[in-house]
Amino acid sequence: MKQELEKRLVKGPDGVEFEVEPLRDYYCEARPSVHAPAYGKIIEDLFNWARAESLWILGFGTGCGAIEMRPLMTPRFDAYRYGVQWRPTPRQSNLFIISGYLSVKTLKRVIRSYEQMQNPKYVVGLGSCTINGGMYWDSYNTIKRLDDYLPVDLYIAGCMPRPEALLAGFLELKKLIRAGKGEGANKYAQNFDWYKANQKKVIHDWDMPDYNW
Amino acid sequence: MEFTWSKIPYALLTLFIVVNFGLLQTALIAKIAARVGRRHGIPIWQNYIDLIKNYSLRSHISHGVMYYLGPVFRLSGGVGLLLFVPSIYGSTMFSNLSFAGDLILALYFIFFGTLGMALGAAESGHPYSAIGVSRGLAQVTAAELPMAMAVFSVALQYHTLSVTDIVAAQQGGFQHWTLFTNPLAVAAAMLSFLGSMMRPPFDVVLAPQEIPIGPPTEYHSSYLALLQTNRAIFPIAKIVIYMNLFFGGATSWPVFFLKVFLIYMVSVLVGVVFPRFRVEQSIRWFLTWAVPIGILSILVV
Repeated sequence: MKQELEKRLVKGPDGVEFEVEPLRDYYCEARPSVHAPAYGKIIEDLFNWARAESLWILGFGTGCGAIEMRPLMTPRFDAYRYGVQWRPTPRQSNLFIISGYLSVKTLKRVIRSYEQMQNPKYVVGLGSCTINGGMYWDSYNTIKRLDDYLPVDLYIAGCMPRPEALLAGFLELKKLIRAGKGEGANKYAQNFDWYKANQKKVIHDWDMPDYNW
Repeated sequence: MEFTWSKIPYALLTLFIVVNFGLLQTALIAKIAARVGRRHGIPIWQNYIDLIKNYSLRSHISHGVMYYLGPVFRLSGGVGLLLFVPSIYGSTMFSNLSFAGDLILALYFIFFGTLGMALGAAESGHPYSAIGVSRGLAQVTAAELPMAMAVFSVALQYHTLSVTDIVAAQQGGFQHWTLFTNPLAVAAAMLSFLGSMMRPPFDVVLAPQEIPIGPPTEYHSSYLALLQTNRAIFPIAKIVIYMNLFFGGATSWPVFFLKVFLIYMVSVLVGVVFPRFRVEQSIRWFLTWAVPIGILSILVV
């Protein structure tokens, strides 16, 4: 446990002393809950269509695959015409692309960012590293199967996949979402204990609450 | 001008037209910008899809009452601005809820949304929101000064505080527009206009590559959708005021659409030419260039 996360007494500017417990005060402790599709079939179909046609990617590059996402914004590939956008904050995005190898240190940040995204949210594993570790299969410091830690909706295989493969992946993901199969957030909430156990198995300095919105 | 109940559905019809026009116009401008960069650009209906998507997200997180009220205030600022100013001159249907002293109320509504957003974003507790809000308030305050002076100048010139009367005084050919009868006031107001459109060189409030993305960092799902709706309404409501005060107003919807689009393009064209100002640079710029012109316009009148 880091020192700044421990419970301590703080003296305010007006001289009053009060107790601060960062893990309790700065985060929410509530477990994620399952949000089942709440409306009738026609409305849910409309919503799923809108979700599919408006994919907001969290601008978070974990490995070398992040370099393959940049050309998508350029005139040559132009992903914007498919309704794909990059958003700078996890609150506003609904698609998390794990771009390449994921070191244990980054996994921690990935989990926090993923949990801050709103239901429904989708995860795409980019490159072989997210499937079986790829060329980092025997590394002491990277995770091997992304699916153990986060619910993955779609893999794009390759080392590295080209931007065209990413575009094809987006179109595939759209089909999944439109068919109502993009329920990763609910899967995460249902199997929360299993995911947490897996995450804690690799992250040894676990100094955050179990769930932080 | 007496009140009749039929004004309310007519005003709502104006609101409906303006929301749709705003969503399409923003997409069109994004598309034009994309074509300039030789991209295909977003589909023209992308804003509608984004809105439905954001309203359809299943989970929300609130950081408190003010956090919730922030987007509501922001939206009511935009809607209020639109509803209390006549959008089509000479039309009983689309003169909305305008009344004798509506110019002062309009000035108030321009600032109202920013203040609401400041309170809401501050409660979200995100450091980027706080930075964005402090920048936004400083910059908007500096940009409002020349605007207020231009408005006073115009009010003095026409001896009225009613937007309808000001538009009426400008009818009968473009040489009667304030643009030609009081060019200094228009110059000051257009400089201020650049500062309030959230486009470069005055987009340091949102600053997408620097403090992602400023005040709305923590806003998501329907909160964000409210802000997006306002993003469609507010610039147009503001342009309607400019159009009425300085460019002779509009007598029909096609003229309205054309004038609004052209005035909007002013800020877009300036934005693609100039890089982003820092806050202290933009404040200094407003105080040294726009405010003296505003003062001069009052003196001349």
